Amino acid sequence: MSASLLYALAGVALCGIGLFGFITLAHLLRKLLAFNLIGSGVFLVLVGLAQRHGEPDPVPQALVLTGIVVAIAATALAVVLIRRYFHLSGHTTLRAETPERVPGRLKPQTRGDNPE
Amino acid sequence: MTANTLIPLFALLTSLLASVIIFALPEKGHRLRTSVNLAAAGLKLILVGVMVWGIFHGQSFEFAFTMLPGVQFVLRADALSMLFAGLSAVLWLLTTIYAVGYLEDSPNRSRFFGFFSLCVASTMGIALAGNLFTFFLFYEMLTLSTYPLVLHRGTRQALKAGRNYIIYTLTGGAVLLLAIAWLHGLVGDLPFRPGGHFSGLEPELQGPLTLVFVLLIAGLGVKAALVPLHGWLPQAMVAPAPVSALLHAVAVVKAGAFGIVRVVCEIYGLEAASQMGLLSGLALVSAITIIYGSTRALYQLDLKRRLAFSTISQVSYIILGVSLFGPVGVAGGLVHLVHQGIMKITLFFCAGNYAETLGVHRIDELDGAGRRMPGTSVAFTLGAFGMIGAPPLAGFVTKWTMGTGALAVGMDWVVVVLVVSSLLNAAYFLPILHRIWFAGQQQAWPHERRWGRLETSAWLLWPPLITAVALIVIGLLASMPFSPLSWVNLIVEQEVMQ
Amino acid sequence: MILGLMAGLLFTPLAWAVLTLLSGFERSRLISWLGILIQSLVSFALWAAVASEGGFHYQLGGWPAPLGIELRVDGLAVTFVMLTAVVGGACGWHAGIYLDPKKNWHRYFWPLFWFLWAGLNGVWLGADLFNLYVALELISLSAVGLVALGGQADALRAAIRYLMAALLGSLAYLLGVALIYGQFGSLSMGGISELLPAGSGQAGLIFALVLMIAGLALKTALFPLHGWLPPAHGIAKSPVSALLSALVVKASFYIAARLWLEFGEHLGSYGLAQLVGALGGVGVLWGSWLAFRQTRLKQVVAYSSVAQIGYLFLLFPLSWGVSEAVSLQAQQGMTLQVISHALAKAAMFLAAGNLIMSVGSNRVDALAGVSRFLPFSLFSFGLAGVSLMGLPPTGGFAAKWLLLQASLGSGQWWWLIVLLGGGLLSAAYVFRVYRASFIENSDTDLFFHPSRSLEVIPMILALLSLGLGLVAEPVLSVMALPFSKGGGG
Repeated sequence: MSASLLYALAGVALCGIGLFGFITLAHLLRKLLAFNLIGSGVFLVLVGLAQRHGEPDPVPQALVLTGIVVAIAATALAVVLIRRYFHLSGHTTLRAETPERVPGRLKPQTRGDNPE
Repeated sequence: MTANTLIPLFALLTSLLASVIIFALPEKGHRLRTSVNLAAAGLKLILVGVMVWGIFHGQSFEFAFTMLPGVQFVLRADALSMLFAGLSAVLWLLTTIYAVGYLEDSPNRSRFFGFFSLCVASTMGIALAGNLFTFFLFYEMLTLSTYPLVLHRGTRQALKAGRNYIIYTLTGGAVLLLAIAWLHGLVGDLPFRPGGHFSGLEPELQGPLTLVFVLLIAGLGVKAALVPLHGWLPQAMVAPAPVSALLHAVAVVKAGAFGIVRVVCEIYGLEAASQMGLLSGLALVSAITIIYGSTRALYQLDLKRRLAFSTISQVSYIILGVSLFGPVGVAGGLVHLVHQGIMKITLFFCAGNYAETLGVHRIDELDGAGRRMPGTSVAFTLGAFGMIGAPPLAGFVTKWTMGTGALAVGMDWVVVVLVVSSLLNAAYFLPILHRIWFAGQQQAWPHERRWGRLETSAWLLWPPLITAVALIVIGLLASMPFSPLSWVNLIVEQEVMQ
Repeated sequence: MILGLMAGLLFTPLAWAVLTLLSGFERSRLISWLGILIQSLVSFALWAAVASEGGFHYQLGGWPAPLGIELRVDGLAVTFVMLTAVVGGACGWHAGIYLDPKKNWHRYFWPLFWFLWAGLNGVWLGADLFNLYVALELISLSAVGLVALGGQADALRAAIRYLMAALLGSLAYLLGVALIYGQFGSLSMGGISELLPAGSGQAGLIFALVLMIAGLALKTALFPLHGWLPPAHGIAKSPVSALLSALVVKASFYIAARLWLEFGEHLGSYGLAQLVGALGGVGVLWGSWLAFRQTRLKQVVAYSSVAQIGYLFLLFPLSWGVSEAVSLQAQQGMTLQVISHALAKAAMFLAAGNLIMSVGSNRVDALAGVSRFLPFSLFSFGLAGVSLMGLPPTGGFAAKWLLLQASLGSGQWWWLIVLLGGGLLSAAYVFRVYRASFIENSDTDLFFHPSRSLEVIPMILALLSLGLGLVAEPVLSVMALPFSKGGGG
């Protein structure tokens, strides 16, 4: 078993752990961390498998770098959304339900009333 | 692009454009809307007249383009399409006049007339369709344009009737689509051709083609109100009278029957259909519908509902005639397309008049109506006698032709059906006539309106009188060159002799 | 020049995103409308060029793959570029008038809109698997941002749920890409499909394809992975919902379809194809049923999207193991379905937005009386609904016809039930809305009438979807060899 295959298997294991965490954990920040784990696992697989053929291959390295940048952007977006959601609703999980909106009365409508 | 290519397209476009214009007009533009309506109806009549004259002299009118890979959109004027097109063009003009009068002072007229014109455009498309694909296109368009008309009043009853209507017709449409797609898969894109395509057929196609036939008839039978697919029709009576008149005399029910005629005569061909045993099944279903419709009409207390069941019964005459496989029988069925249209529209116009002028909806409220509204009642009487089959009216011509045709091919039981249904017709029409003419008025009219000297508004009075006169004239002059019967004989020559 | 056009289609939106980031709502609106005009002209020019000269490849900066970014355009890609221009342009125009300028955060609509457009063009024009991943991520992040634009707690919930689903889907896709690169050392779709016969049958490769399709199916909301779509599309602002339902879900489907058509022959199986098709079929029935049961108008339209997306996945069984002619019919049908659904769904969401704004409530039963006083918006809603039902002469019907022929031709008659039954079920929920609007409530007009341009835009889209049925043949012929390996170059 070569080193690169070991990396690849480690990557798969990380993916599995991350997936398990994503499904079972309820707290949004923890789900986000689980995502990052899955991401890291995928990157490891990408690098590990390509190195199998002997000399280092620049393409997967480039791909992983791009992937890391994308993952950072996505994580940043997720953190902002979760923080804002917590600020507005006080919840840290998605399991809590919001009540159904009360239907509007039939009265002459003005622009500012758009219920969307 | 010659004139002959464009005329069928223009005949369609007159009502499409009218519809768009009417939708764009403000609700209050009554006079302008009426002029647009009448102008479009007149223009269409002229175009149809041009095509009829051209067909008579052997010209051809066709407009076609490839709509999808392997499928053509075809508008073709031939003798059979002109029969239907001519009927709908003439009756549209009369119904428009009637509708203008009927809907005076009611809301949502723009919406009504817009969809009304779309409905007529669809009917013209159905008449002019040159293959099943194009036919289906306009068939579904007809469903969609008649739905808002059924729904027009917005009452709970209207909504329920509309819902039923759309369930029946869309399901029928889905079955029809399946059959057409299957047929295309089996044999490709077939244009309508007199004499059909399937005489001399390989045996292994016969099984699937029989199944396709059943599906086609089922899909078309919903609109044609074949039993047991007729459930939507009596409920749709809740629509305003012009809608019932149009739906039952001209557009929807006739579209279904016309489709069946096209399928039997010009896709399958009479000879092939009879060889595959399809005609006897069709004859049986239509005979059952005839008897069932007439029987249920006996028990109806509401005038329009009685007329609805009468329609269910009468339209199947067309189908019965076509399944008789003999030139005279087929002619009888086809000519009933025209005759029943004129007779039924007269009856519905009169029913609408009674409702609008006197507030009368039930038959037992009609006592003494003859004295109060003589013109309408005369028209009603003529229509009723036509339905019963009294000579020399149009209905008699149909029944006589069908009867002789049936005897000629040895299907004697058909004559029994004709006689029984005529008796039933008499049984449910004569009591009404008795009430109208011979019963004294028992109580005040539920809701009376007056229109000056005439018994009712001129818009409402003239259309039924015109159609009533028409059904006398057609009956009397049936053997003259330009009567519907002669036109039909021209068609049948092509269908059966090839 | 044409090559410059292709590059322009990717970079102009990015430049515009930066421009609009720097200005307030009104100025960004003007800049954006100008940008929409430019983009539409460029897209149309590209379409005309491909129609006359055929497809080609282009390497950005002259760098060859796999280090460089390679774009390819064939008839199908350019058709989708045109579709994006039309629908995106319409939604951008509508949003400019519909969104309230007084709410400060609405100005972020524009940069997100342009990023979304850039990502979409990246997907249509991309030639290798990794660039498709990047473009997909760009689309997802912009779309999530657009959903969250509403600002309230439930919009954020929907956005978070959407983000989770999108990220999971992308990661599954990326893992599949990793496995494929590990096997073949190449990322370009053309290159891989040449190498495939050598490696067919390998479990690892089949697993990779399944992973990729599963990830993309999650992003396209195939049943049962559709849970994120109704909240996201239902709660977002109408122009955003229109963009999402019409274009965003189609991007991931486009990639899945391309993967299947190029790799599925060797790596797929009858069972897999039928499974995907069956999930699509269940999605059609389940989505239509739920759409019928919703009480809020936009939720009806959102569940309708779930149903219509199910149809798309019928491509899988109808193009595997069947004759060339049948596969072509299925592809043509699916392309028409994508285009007509995009047009019709965008029209429906925009019209729904108008109706909600006028009525002052987002419930279906609040629509009473609309047919009398607001017929225009209702008519575009109805017309779009007719296309969704697959009734003639709309584009939806043309698509349905081709798919029926493909089902019959391949002997897989069970899809007929899905196609015909789905049409009837969609009639159920469309007519329910129509019926609610015909109920007469009162005789006075108590509605707020939106400006004319807001009503015209969905009508134009609905009419286009109607017209698609009439001009289907020319559109299909420009697609010429759909999904081929790029034509010339």
